Amino acid sequence: MAKQDLSFVNRRVHSLLGVLPLGVFLIQHLIVNHQATVSVERFNWAAGIMGQLPFVIFLEIFIIYLPILFHGIYGVYIAFTSKSNVGNYSSFRNWMFVLQRFSGVIAFIFIAVHVFQTRVQVFFGAEVNFDMVADIVTNPFWFAFWFVGIIATVFHFANGLWSFAVTWGITQSAKSQQIMAYVSLAVFVVVSVIGIQALFAFI
Amino acid sequence: MEENKTITLMIKRQESTETDSYWEEFEVPYRPNMNVISALMEIQRNPVNSKGDKVAPVTWDQSCLEEVCGACSMVINGKARQSCTALVDQIKQPIKLEPMSTFPVIRDLQVDRSQMFDSLKRVRAWVPIDGTYDLGPGPRMPEKQRQVAYELSKCMTCGVCLEVCPNVNDKSNFMGAAPISQVRLFNLHPTGSMNKDERLDALMGVGGVAECGMSQNCVAACPKGIPLTTSIAAMQREANFHMFKSFFGSDHVVN
Repeated sequence: MAKQDLSFVNRRVHSLLGVLPLGVFLIQHLIVNHQATVSVERFNWAAGIMGQLPFVIFLEIFIIYLPILFHGIYGVYIAFTSKSNVGNYSSFRNWMFVLQRFSGVIAFIFIAVHVFQTRVQVFFGAEVNFDMVADIVTNPFWFAFWFVGIIATVFHFANGLWSFAVTWGITQSAKSQQIMAYVSLAVFVVVSVIGIQALFAFI
Repeated sequence: MEENKTITLMIKRQESTETDSYWEEFEVPYRPNMNVISALMEIQRNPVNSKGDKVAPVTWDQSCLEEVCGACSMVINGKARQSCTALVDQIKQPIKLEPMSTFPVIRDLQVDRSQMFDSLKRVRAWVPIDGTYDLGPGPRMPEKQRQVAYELSKCMTCGVCLEVCPNVNDKSNFMGAAPISQVRLFNLHPTGSMNKDERLDALMGVGGVAECGMSQNCVAACPKGIPLTTSIAAMQREANFHMFKSFFGSDHVVN
């Protein structure tokens, strides 16, 4: 009965896409942005390399847009089929469960707006450079929106690594899961610092 | 002094599956060493609520009264557990009793836990040994494996792990921790493992192991201390191997 349906494969694809390619892309993207802390020219140079990669539109479609759409839409469905109960059962992992769903929805909204503000504007003829980003984030509302969006996305990635390790059968024992929790915390702190330092470099 | 002491219970009642629930308060005389069930028995003996009205006695399920059958599970002061081992002296008053919300309520604190037994059937949580002739003794089980299996065999299908799980609800089909852990138990068994592919196939369908959200409430709430999240992680791993073996082909679909 079970062999015919795709629910298991869908969940596994969802889990895999979150790390490969999306997690890798997130880190690469934030590292490119971080060049803005060096200088305006350095950022424009790094962003320029990414924008001039061969077959860039196909890279974007298959490594970014399709994975994000699948992971995001299926993820929102997953988030809304859960029923949080941290009120009665307020353990650390149960909080992480709720925050993972919460941050996922925030990240999905943030990324949609972010793509509109940058990539869609490029489609209409704008150029990706330091000024484009600076124009957006000097507005306090957009600064706060990006700040929350970056933290939520990085949290979702870091905490998702923990679930990824369980999903793919890497961490089975309680001890290995505990150590993985510290690893994901470290990833959250380090990647957040990179992302937020980059954000501050634009104002 | 002692004989005037009473305990207060707030009970979420419901006449049938279809009707709405309501709260009713009861005061029952205190005796030393009471458990929640003995308080419910007092209400049964004298079904008068704290306003003095005579009402229908509160119904609940019970069987063993020593936390091995799982029948008397309910939500006590917000936490799902067995009412036989909920000692009145150790819990805060008024004692709030609710039926487990994940399951359909039959009446008052009685719930219908059939969905768990259906899941156990679906994942084939047994060792098939029937044949037309004597199949002889099965392979021996390594002692270390037996020790792991013994812990898993303590499951009494009480439903607490489903009740505390945020992913087991009316919007999702997730079967919950108990049946997943039972697949691990029967796949660990040397004879049971000869059919482990069938159990894994069932576990990989809708509502199966992939729908675990890893809130890990189950392992914290399990009254028998079963390592449920280790079981789920073990089955996640086995399911991955099974997925690849099924797709690419393997001579080791079972052991």
